[in-house]
Amino acid sequence: MSTERSTGVARTWRGFRSHKLAVAGLVVVSVVTVVGILAYVDDAYLGNELITTLHYSPFEPKFMPLQGPSLAHPFGTDTLGRDVFSRTLYGAKVSVQVALTAVIVAAVIGSPLGVVAGYAGGYVETVVMRLVDVLLGFPALVLAIGLVAALGFNLTNVIIALGIVYVPQFARIARSTALSVSNEEYVDAARGMGYSTPHIVLREVLPNCVSPLLVQASLLMAFAIIAEASLSFLGLGVQPPTPTWGQMVSTGSGYLTTAPWISMFPGAAIFVTVLGFNLVGDGLRDALDPRESGERRF
Amino acid sequence: MRHRYVAIRLLQTIPVLLGVSVVVFYIIHSAPGDPIVNMLGIEATDENVAELRAAYGLNEPLYVQYFNWLGDVVQGDFGQSITRERSVAALIASRLPATLFLAFASMVIATVIAIPAGILSAVRKGSKSDYSVTVGALTGLSIPNFWLGLILILLFARTYSILPPGNYVDPMQDPVNAGKHVILPAVTVGTAFAALLARQTRSSMLDNLNQEYVKMAKSKGLSSRKVFTRHALKQALLPVITVAGLQFGYLLSATVVVEQVFAWPGMGRLIWAAVRQQDYPTVQGTVLVVATMFVLVNLLVDIAYSYLDPRVSAS
Repeated sequence: MSTERSTGVARTWRGFRSHKLAVAGLVVVSVVTVVGILAYVDDAYLGNELITTLHYSPFEPKFMPLQGPSLAHPFGTDTLGRDVFSRTLYGAKVSVQVALTAVIVAAVIGSPLGVVAGYAGGYVETVVMRLVDVLLGFPALVLAIGLVAALGFNLTNVIIALGIVYVPQFARIARSTALSVSNEEYVDAARGMGYSTPHIVLREVLPNCVSPLLVQASLLMAFAIIAEASLSFLGLGVQPPTPTWGQMVSTGSGYLTTAPWISMFPGAAIFVTVLGFNLVGDGLRDALDPRESGERRF
Repeated sequence: MRHRYVAIRLLQTIPVLLGVSVVVFYIIHSAPGDPIVNMLGIEATDENVAELRAAYGLNEPLYVQYFNWLGDVVQGDFGQSITRERSVAALIASRLPATLFLAFASMVIATVIAIPAGILSAVRKGSKSDYSVTVGALTGLSIPNFWLGLILILLFARTYSILPPGNYVDPMQDPVNAGKHVILPAVTVGTAFAALLARQTRSSMLDNLNQEYVKMAKSKGLSSRKVFTRHALKQALLPVITVAGLQFGYLLSATVVVEQVFAWPGMGRLIWAAVRQQDYPTVQGTVLVVATMFVLVNLLVDIAYSYLDPRVSAS
């Protein structure tokens, strides 16, 4: 069993590796994640000492506002004289933290709901899927805005809101995969051998749903990063002084002609990161070739 | 058969809309702050608060409050805005045209670019044009719309004064000017939509070009142009319609952000301002209207699809 699985992973990796753009995406995603983790550790445990040793603190103004890019400030300085480069590095923290946690929350709630609905059928399926339909009745960002409006604008609430918004994506894919898997012969065999329903769901159905769910997760990471940035841009996300990319673009939008660097660099960071996740998602999909092609929704 | 399908789809929409209304009602009900205390100020006595609460029906059980609210909403009464001296319904009516105009213009621009691009890419699979379309679609999908909007303003409005940086002009009064003003915001909203549409067109076109009936038609001696237009194209565009409908929600989401960039006086800016000012009746009304529009568009797409492809209603 374990050798079978490892050859499966090896085959997927070979397929993924042959896809040059996907590998480039993986590099981008890894770099952004490492920067995000370093910023998190630096902020939470080191009192910003790491970034201050390497460069300027993202929080301290240098009294040189609106300076263009230079050697000292590769991305220039903002309206308060803070270094845009170190703030952009720090912006990775919120982006990665929100997107990753929200997608995990959505996957942990949505996937079991979908698997149970697909396997059990009947009224369980009806109830779960009607709830999913209700959540899908909202344009994603509008629902997220409604939720943060009710919960309040901070990191945890943005994660909760986006987590809820993406539940249907996982539930739908898990359901349709579970539905097709539960008609396979090996599931019939397990039933015939008298295994309990929880055993069959956990040991036979769920493991076979992992591939499409993984593809969905990596594509949703791309959307979650844009959604977090959009909320921050609108001032409805994580509040200042914590640097977020969306908020930095928003600050810079007032200085578009005089200091375009304030909004252009953090915007480029969002773009490159999202591109990275999209490339990884597409590469994974090609390598795993799941039955369902991931449905995209903003 | 088809009538039955349409009837079933219509019936299915009712619980979804009810569910949506419950979510909207509950979200706003659980929002922080007591509206009555806010209205009366901190000097109000407990008795004043209790009196006004009873007058607004807020001492009733939650489900009674919900049905009262729903009853009003069905009659088009969304309540009064807290921060503006107008009814929420009037506010929505004044903002909806700008958003619909922007969404429509985005859809037209996206479709005109994406569908031919997707077809070209599929027909010349593996060529340079296929590669450009694929890379272009990936870029369009990854670029944050508010950032793209700023780049377009910087390039086309500030550096070279070719187009105005947004600012809504009523298309009924001055169509030419309205068209000029809508181009930049519509391109911004439409980019990711076009990317999705181009991808869908390419893949469904490729599927159809490999189908037996296309080979059959070719072997019967039909010119490839005829095979292409009469057979493959027609079939290939069916799934594209569904994608376009499903992604209408994306368009609505995108307008919320992009209206902010271009100072576009639509529903998105209304939602944004209401959320910022904790004007909950307005948040409730606008979110409900936007979600209802989305559900109804999906319903229309499904029904249209059943007429275009009889297999749908048969299953």
